[in-house]
Amino acid sequence: MSSSEAREARAGVEVRLENLQRRYAATTALNGLSLTMAPGELVALLGPSGCGKTTALRLLAGLEEADSGRVIIAGRDVTNVPANRRDVGMVFQAYSLFPHMTARQNVEFGLQLHKVGPGERRERAGEVLELVGLSAHANKFAHQMSGGQQQRVALARALAIRPKVLLLDEPLSALDAKVRSRLRDEIRRVQLEVGITTLFVTHDQEEALAIADRVGVMQAGKLEQLGPPMEIYSRPATPFVAEFVGLTNRIPGEVKFGSVEVRGTQLPLVQKDVPTGPAVALVRPEAVTITGDGGMSDGPLVGTVIAVAFLGATSRVTVDLGDITVLAQLPTSAAAEHPAGTKVKLALRPDPVLVDIHN
Amino acid sequence: MRRSRQIKLQVFRGIVFLVMGAFFLVPIAAMFEFSTRGNSVTAPRTLVAWTNIFKTPDLVDAITASLELAVITSVAMLVLLLPTMVWVRLRLPSLHRVVEFLCLLPITIPAIALVVGIFPINRWMRINISDSILMLSFFYVILVMPYSYRALDAGLAAIDIKTLSEAARSLGAGWSTVMLRVIVPNMSSAILNASLLSVAVVLGEYTFANLLTYENLQVAIAYVGLVSAGTSIAVAVASLLFAFVLLMILSFVGRPRERMARAEEPIVPK
Amino acid sequence: MPLNWLGATPYFAYVGLFLLLPTVLLAVGAFVDKDGHPTLANVTAIGQPYLLKTFVGSTVISLVSALVGAIAGAMLAYAVATGNPRGALRRVVTSAAGVFAQFGGVTLVFAFIATLGTVGLVTVFLKDHGIDIFPNGVWLYEPSGLTLIYTYFQIPLMVLVFLPALDGIRPQWREATESMGGSAWHYWRYVAGPLLAPAFLGSTLLLFANAFSAYATAAVLITQGGVLVPLQISALFTSETGQAQPGLAKALALAMVAIVTIVMLLYTLLQRRTSRWLR
Repeated sequence: MSSSEAREARAGVEVRLENLQRRYAATTALNGLSLTMAPGELVALLGPSGCGKTTALRLLAGLEEADSGRVIIAGRDVTNVPANRRDVGMVFQAYSLFPHMTARQNVEFGLQLHKVGPGERRERAGEVLELVGLSAHANKFAHQMSGGQQQRVALARALAIRPKVLLLDEPLSALDAKVRSRLRDEIRRVQLEVGITTLFVTHDQEEALAIADRVGVMQAGKLEQLGPPMEIYSRPATPFVAEFVGLTNRIPGEVKFGSVEVRGTQLPLVQKDVPTGPAVALVRPEAVTITGDGGMSDGPLVGTVIAVAFLGATSRVTVDLGDITVLAQLPTSAAAEHPAGTKVKLALRPDPVLVDIHN
Repeated sequence: MRRSRQIKLQVFRGIVFLVMGAFFLVPIAAMFEFSTRGNSVTAPRTLVAWTNIFKTPDLVDAITASLELAVITSVAMLVLLLPTMVWVRLRLPSLHRVVEFLCLLPITIPAIALVVGIFPINRWMRINISDSILMLSFFYVILVMPYSYRALDAGLAAIDIKTLSEAARSLGAGWSTVMLRVIVPNMSSAILNASLLSVAVVLGEYTFANLLTYENLQVAIAYVGLVSAGTSIAVAVASLLFAFVLLMILSFVGRPRERMARAEEPIVPK
Repeated sequence: MPLNWLGATPYFAYVGLFLLLPTVLLAVGAFVDKDGHPTLANVTAIGQPYLLKTFVGSTVISLVSALVGAIAGAMLAYAVATGNPRGALRRVVTSAAGVFAQFGGVTLVFAFIATLGTVGLVTVFLKDHGIDIFPNGVWLYEPSGLTLIYTYFQIPLMVLVFLPALDGIRPQWREATESMGGSAWHYWRYVAGPLLAPAFLGSTLLLFANAFSAYATAAVLITQGGVLVPLQISALFTSETGQAQPGLAKALALAMVAIVTIVMLLYTLLQRRTSRWLR
């Protein structure tokens, strides 16, 4: 099912966060966060620890109260509604399964709280365990399951009561790398199948970009940029986003007449109103190409290859230009022609770049 | 957490700490108060009860005896337990469970029951070895074993005995050098803990001394109490302060791991 | 490697002589009469009404002080667990618990006499305000007074033993319950309650064993023998009945050991369950 077809099949609800503020003692965790999530959409909140993404999730869940602002789920203002009446499903980072209950009992617990009869409970629990692929483990306890299995049970448990919104608080952070990527796709598959509006909080940009419909990059309690993964990656709106998401080369240059001159190349600017003077250009490795071997020439973009990192279809080449080191990302076949130790000449694609004038 | 729930929780905590604080501190305050009372209700505060301590020879003897017992027991405990525990870890790992069981066994045997079985042994020792109160230290080593074992075990677990001793031996050290210059210095806080615990137990011990008819500190306090309540309470306060200081040192010296192990089971009063 | 075993000999010899031998003497002596012949008379003698009453007395006092100590201690532990885990308050309370749990025997009795005795601080204070706490006689020196004094070290012991279990309760369990629509009652009834029950029960058992074994406090406080098993044993040491029936004290001691051992075994089993759930 493609992403657009899936979008039509969804039947989720709209979620709105309006200007949420939250302070703890001296720190401001959330500084006016506003976000509208379309029905059935998976929005990932991405940022470093302390940026406020978990606070935002917990305010949406009702586990904490905002100092000001509103939370609206399916058109209903739930800002003052306690967590147990908000009809949200939550998956925590770790330790959320009740250790004294089996997987099945964990999943049935929410149904029990909603006064669903035993027969229907059993059926629904079986259904949702099947959805996450753990029917065979229904009678196991938490300590008998791996981390990945526990999180899948946690997901099943959250979905069993058919909540309006699904909230995931760094669900993969406590797992091994291998398990993480598999489970991440599982979560997305389930989310699409059920069609539920989902908020996914993570500090791992690869995760966020891989599964979200839209990514919201946060820093210090504010949303720096909100948009589809492709846009966040290739058209970052601020230096923070450019450096947090994907790799970035920081190359010093000079801003003149509305563009920035970087080592002999003129590059257009993303930002308007950048003052003339020195600045650091943020250039993606994919925008750096190798035009040939250095030969006998010299120049600002001529250097020696220090290392080649094989990443599969592409490779990342680290080039020493004397005063700085630059990363270039090219198809592996092209990179193979310039192994470590060889001299190369680089070129910068004329895409608009962001500059950082603060360091 | 929602604010209303947080407020309720803080109120609950406040009340609990207040009530418990009063329950535990009032008797201590009462002891201080009692020991400084004058002759009648209107008489001024006096330290007569305290100075009387030194004027009561039985009391002074008992204090000295108990302090001596404390030191001897601590030393004997270290000499017995530490080499054995190190040896078991290095050479006899299969015996680890057995030694642990035996060291922790005295916790499950009530002192009053144990002393019934000790009585004939003690009688034999009084006749054939010595009538001195210091004979008690033989039995006290057994009583302090569970607490000292825990403290020493935590200290041993924190350092890799095997690697350290093998390194030392490969450099040519004999066993006494390994013990004294490699192991002991790395376990100083665990050893201190074990010793302080032993001292606290010995100073607070009553059952064995009473039934084996020796007059140690606690027995003497009880005895003097029949005659002069004020004086014995003064001694009691003093011994309490002393034990308190010891255990406070315990809580703040020593690595966190040892602190956790110690916090699990305190000394059980007799 | 037989030579290795030599290193452990001093320890085993010592423990054998001063721990195992007395235990064996106890076990054997309970089944032997004055002339050294095997008999069950000592054990059956426990069935006598006055001795059974002693066991009942010990059990009641131990049970009551264990329950009071468990409930009060659990509340105090909860108050501590819900605070800052690295805060000063927690460190002070746990250190104090370690100190007060070991506070017992002679010193404790005198502390209570100074507080609630006939001229104790609190007694006099209340009397000055018109409240007589001893309208029917001074109960401090009776079993009820002893029970009160026992709680003074039972409560701190409970805090020390139960706190780790409370620390093992993850905040995510409460939040998960809330997000699934559960109230505080649901949380305690279906999640926290069942999870803490083994730890609570085990700790109570430990408190029971603690009180049952205690001797010094009772010995100093209560002058009439025969109220508790430990007192009965010490009375036999010095009485004529004791000389005539040396095995009786041993039988009583053995019975005590048996009871405490069973309780401690149950405690260990419950601890295992707790540590599996609340690591």
